[in-house]
Amino acid sequence: MTSARRVLKALVRNGLAAIPTVLAIVILNFFLLQLAPGDAADVIAGESGAATEESMRQLRARLGLDLPVVAQLQAYLSNLAQGSLGFSPRYNMPVADLILQRLPQTLMLLWMALGFAFVLGVTLGTVMALNAGRWPDRMISVLTLLLYSVPGFWIGLMLIVLFSIKLGWLPSGGAETIASGFTGLDLVLDRLRHMILPALTLSLFFIAVYARLTRAAVMEVAEQDFVRTARAKGLSGFTVGFRHILRNALLPVTTLAGMHIGGVLGGAVVVETVFSWPGLGRLAFEAVLRRDYNVLLGVLLLSSFLVIIANMMVDLLQAWLDPRIEVR
Amino acid sequence: MTVPLLEVHDLTIAFPAAWPVRNLSFSVAGGETVAIVGESGSGKSLTALALMRLLPGAARISSGRIDFVGQDLVTFSEPAMRKVRGARLAMIFQEPMTSLNPVLTIGAQIVDVLRLHENLSRRAARARAIELLDLVRVADPHRRIDDYPHRLSGGMRQRVMIAIAVACGPRLLIADEPTTALDVTIQAQVLDLLDGLRRDLGMGLLLITHDLSVVGQWADRVIVMYAGCKVEEGVPDVILHRPRHPYTEGLLAASPRTAEGSSYRDGLLREIRGSIASALGEQGCPFRPRCPKAAPACTLAPPPAVVVQPGHLAACPVLNPRQARDAVA
Ligand SMILES: Nc1ncnc2c1ncn2[C@@H]1O[C@H](COP(=O)(O)OP(=O)(O)OP(=O)(O)O)[C@@H](O)[C@H]1O
Ligand SMILES: [Mg+2]
Repeated sequence: MTSARRVLKALVRNGLAAIPTVLAIVILNFFLLQLAPGDAADVIAGESGAATEESMRQLRARLGLDLPVVAQLQAYLSNLAQGSLGFSPRYNMPVADLILQRLPQTLMLLWMALGFAFVLGVTLGTVMALNAGRWPDRMISVLTLLLYSVPGFWIGLMLIVLFSIKLGWLPSGGAETIASGFTGLDLVLDRLRHMILPALTLSLFFIAVYARLTRAAVMEVAEQDFVRTARAKGLSGFTVGFRHILRNALLPVTTLAGMHIGGVLGGAVVVETVFSWPGLGRLAFEAVLRRDYNVLLGVLLLSSFLVIIANMMVDLLQAWLDPRIEVR
Repeated sequence: MTVPLLEVHDLTIAFPAAWPVRNLSFSVAGGETVAIVGESGSGKSLTALALMRLLPGAARISSGRIDFVGQDLVTFSEPAMRKVRGARLAMIFQEPMTSLNPVLTIGAQIVDVLRLHENLSRRAARARAIELLDLVRVADPHRRIDDYPHRLSGGMRQRVMIAIAVACGPRLLIADEPTTALDVTIQAQVLDLLDGLRRDLGMGLLLITHDLSVVGQWADRVIVMYAGCKVEEGVPDVILHRPRHPYTEGLLAASPRTAEGSSYRDGLLREIRGSIASALGEQGCPFRPRCPKAAPACTLAPPPAVVVQPGHLAACPVLNPRQARDAVA
């Protein structure tokens, strides 16, 4: 069997195996949401400012909120079984359409943030490991500690103050310049400029995580016998560092990188809100405020799929990086 | 006699608070196999790493010279040393299971060193790597070259290590316990291979071992080390059958005899009482605390190695009372 077919089969098998997990996540979330006070009808009534007992009852009946909880869950699941994520009364469109509209923005942000985190984190970690105990190591250590402990939204706001307000280099929010009429390359550049600050904010915590992981991994690999063999060949420190040490040190780092994808998605809720980025995170946030549970469940469902797919991709990446791992 | 290949003079290796190798002198001629024996912790590996100038971070060469083909390696800069390592001076290690990079094919790891020192094209280097695998008797080298190390047995991996080491035709090969991790039948094959390569390539071989049975069969000369000092040196016949130093005698009594017609059943193995740790901080002979023949003269100063017979050196004050006194005076 060719390896491409084996990989495809593995993907399909793992994807099917993930279905019960996703189902469990949906049901759990459904009950968790029931614990929150109030429902969509309360929010709508509160906004309109003039609601009677009668109109509230009608609204609840229309939204299906008057049914017992178990019946609501049953309705949701049977919808799901037919491939529908339900309808959002607030946006007046199917949840699936709403999510698909927002998904690309979040995926782009996610990729850029992960890219920043990986490249900067691995670079900083390698510099730390190669200078272990000396001043570059100490300085970066302090920096990573800061990134670890300072909340993301605060850093985001500070970046806006510095780069958008004081320096005026980058836009403070949104996904593109409104009514700019940009096309082609200009449009792409404009979008990238809008992405830099939110992606950086989202990645800062993970830069710290990867830097520390890489530092530990590089230091461990540097002690291994095969590194001594590489030196005994007369290879330069640079070649030994990249070809022999870093390549091996990336194995544990990628494993843990996969585990953090869920965390990055969670961070997206805050960052997208701070930067008014039209993605899934902000959609989820709005859905909570409006008790629009169909939307929220849809976002959560998709997020769990994203995390599962990302982990499968990490597994494949690992098998590619490490010949000792066979794709099963 | 021409310039010897390797001449080590008074080599001392220092850690911040320890001197695991002290005033060590020995030489290796081209085409010669010199064995270094001694128990664990006697400083054999550190000596080998010092020759490669690959000592671990905390250790340094505090004094002495390493004359290799007429040049003192101790004075070499790191870039100059990189040109020597893997090219004229090569080393193989004790642990074949972990000494190869797990994520690179064995071909890539041989090609590495060839392209670095020999200026070969990718293609030519690969062809040469296949030849080398054939030379170290890896079966089916055309297919094996693209294998990853985890697919090879320990013996095969050690052969690959040897192929890497001899790839650029080194003048001296240092083998630090190359067979300790292998089982007995494979040991003999690997040592035979090393011996054949030494002969064919005309290189010197510094064979580090703690297995005395290896010494008799493969070495031209033997250096016995204890606690960082050379205690005795001679041809294998003398060292194995007529040693003069009490440590060498103890070492022999503690090893199963390999001479024909004898076996370990013929007599009890005797251990050397005490441990090598007792050499720490010893002012005189490092072996004195464990030595059955220790005398008052032994506490004075580390004894120098003196010629007890042509080609046979021993460092023992009891054997050479006069020299010991002279050394103190
Ligand atoms: N970082 C260190 N600081 C102080 N002493 C050290 C350090 N590393 C090694 N040593 C000492 O150096 C001595 C020589 O070690 P070496 O590895 O050369 O011994 P060896 O003869 O090769 O032993 P083996 O047969 O076990 O391989 C040991 O006694 C060890 O305690
Ligand atoms: Mg050793």
